[in-house]
Amino acid sequence: MNLDQRMHKAENSSRWRAYAMIAPLLLFVMLSFVAPLGMILLNSIYDPVVPDGLPHTVAELQAWAGPRDQLPPEPVYAALAYDMKKAAQEQQTGSIANRLNIEKPGLRAVFMKTSRVVARQDNGPWTPVFETADPAWSQPEIWGTIRNLSSPVHSLFFLSALDLHRQPDGTIAQQPKDQRIYISIYLRTLAVALAVTFLCIVLGFPLAYMLAHLRDKTANLLLIFVLIPFWTSLLVRTTAWTVVLQEQGLINSLLQMSGLIAEPLTLVFNRVGVIIAMTHILLPFVILPVYSVMQQIPTTYVQAARSLGASSLVAFFRVYLPQCMPGLNAGGLLVFVFALGYYITPSLIGGSADQLIAYFVSYNIGTSMNWGLASALATILLAAVLLLYTVYDHLVGHNRLTIR
Amino acid sequence: MLDNQQPFVRFDHIEKSYDGKTLVIQDLSLDIVRGEFLTLLGPSGSGKTTALMMLAGFENPTAGNIYLDGRPINRIAPEHRNIGMVFQNYALFPHMTVAENVGFPLKVRGTTGDAARSKIVAVLDKVGLTGFENRRPAQLSGGQQQRVAVARALVFDPQLVLMDEPLSSLDKQLREQLQYEIKSLHRDTGITFVYVTHDQSEAMVMSDRVAVFYQGRIQQIDTPDRLYAHPNNSFVAKFIGENNMIKPNVYIRPERVQIDPVYGTVDTVVNGTVRDITCLGRYIRVRLDSCGTDNFVVTLPNNGQFLDLQIGGIVALGWTATDCHTINS
Repeated sequence: MNLDQRMHKAENSSRWRAYAMIAPLLLFVMLSFVAPLGMILLNSIYDPVVPDGLPHTVAELQAWAGPRDQLPPEPVYAALAYDMKKAAQEQQTGSIANRLNIEKPGLRAVFMKTSRVVARQDNGPWTPVFETADPAWSQPEIWGTIRNLSSPVHSLFFLSALDLHRQPDGTIAQQPKDQRIYISIYLRTLAVALAVTFLCIVLGFPLAYMLAHLRDKTANLLLIFVLIPFWTSLLVRTTAWTVVLQEQGLINSLLQMSGLIAEPLTLVFNRVGVIIAMTHILLPFVILPVYSVMQQIPTTYVQAARSLGASSLVAFFRVYLPQCMPGLNAGGLLVFVFALGYYITPSLIGGSADQLIAYFVSYNIGTSMNWGLASALATILLAAVLLLYTVYDHLVGHNRLTIR
Repeated sequence: MLDNQQPFVRFDHIEKSYDGKTLVIQDLSLDIVRGEFLTLLGPSGSGKTTALMMLAGFENPTAGNIYLDGRPINRIAPEHRNIGMVFQNYALFPHMTVAENVGFPLKVRGTTGDAARSKIVAVLDKVGLTGFENRRPAQLSGGQQQRVAVARALVFDPQLVLMDEPLSSLDKQLREQLQYEIKSLHRDTGITFVYVTHDQSEAMVMSDRVAVFYQGRIQQIDTPDRLYAHPNNSFVAKFIGENNMIKPNVYIRPERVQIDPVYGTVDTVVNGTVRDITCLGRYIRVRLDSCGTDNFVVTLPNNGQFLDLQIGGIVALGWTATDCHTINS
């Protein structure tokens, strides 16, 4: 064996040892993180309810493939009648009706009613049966909706997450004005996250600076004050803020006692309260990385800058601040990403106009049972974070994002 | 030669305390002549760095005044003192290139463009770093970083250059080379240098005068040859080179002691027991038990002559009265 082979053999065994050591962690991450994430992504595009529940209808519609402003021929009605009877036997009528209702509100009632009528009938012709059961069946729109849903993989959830929908005629259009909500909620989430990140940096930087330049003993004591809220339950801290901020709360009482205001300020169940509480809760995520970076900066850098003729301001901005950037970037990014996905604090302290995107993910999972839309909303949020990170990384430069 | 000029830097009865209880500098008075290379030498904690930091403006004296070119500077901010400083860890700004580091003092003074560029090129040429303009400090060796730090401290033509143990983290050969480079920069520029070190041989090689610090006081300030030949007190006698105490307050240098002296050439002869023989290249160092100490040191030139010494053997040691020096304690 020559030297090259021996070297590779020696390095191979240590590489395999390294893989073996991280294998349990890798498995854990795959099972607990990658797999659920994959399911969510899949949920947002994979939706087999209609093709599974109405297989013959879908097949007949495809065979006919007529223009969408016309009604389908009798065989499609017959196939639908067959599928409805089968669904009723398998007790699937409700879930199909729900799925149709999500696409076009009102279709649940139409489908359920028609299903009952069809169940009483044994033979066709089916077209008049449907048309008497509900006049909707004599309109081409309902068939367009079913055709939109006939593929198990589609983009309907993403369209509605972006305030768009696919019309029965197959074209994509904006939702009616009163139903456009998600774009403005994404923008609201972005605005709140940016405001909270900005406030955390503005408040956290001087605090971290003070901690880094105090004597160790005092600094450790103050650090505990930063960390105690950090260790307290998020729910407790959020509730505490409602108490402090409410109309008869601490802040309003103090301000009124000091005569600064006559009427109590509305600080809770609005945007102000959400931003105050989120800033407080996320502040340690800026303080800690910035503090640890500042501790590594030797005092001689600023001394050197000043001996070379820089005023203390110039020394700060040209020498000290650039060296804090890894900490500021890490802290700012952490706060921004956390804030984008915040749920508990806005839902407890905010009013109905202050709910962020996470609230609507939860709403679509729990209340409206539209998992596909919830998945699409979450996927868009994830994609937006990755996109923003890439842009930011490109602007700031990769080497400055890492803590050395 | 320097004595008849007016002092350029004057420490006037300076005291410094950090905690309000102990003085790290006690009544320091020191005159530095224009154009001289003065070294503050002492063990760690002796107050030499504190004295330098007060001169640079990063520490305030607790009492007394510091004058620079006749002006009191206690209230002048560091950036207005026009003093170049080289730090122990170099303090090169890691986010700037070599050229940006060296150009920093010019930029903050409003010198930009071609004027700045030609100065940067000239000073980098002077320290032998032409072609390294676009490197980052992390891409340079220790010696190269040191040279950048020196260039940065010289580029704005300061009236005074301070160096705080600038060579202490370099290996021996590089250190010796840079000692001569800094010395020749001092000669070429004619700027006054104040240099802090704990390495007495470095102080001897580089300095016009050396101020020996110990326990917050200057023990002696003198030229290197006079410090060696005529130490003022026992601390200086032991700190500068090696010295054997033959009786209280009387010392002799190891190279002045003869082993097995020729009869009639010495005034005093004592016996010593050999403890250790070490070859140090140019000379051989013999440690003996004599004159009430087991650390009596004699050095002999390594000139190839046969040495009839054995560990544990007893030899005669002799010296003349003129080679001994008496120190007032």
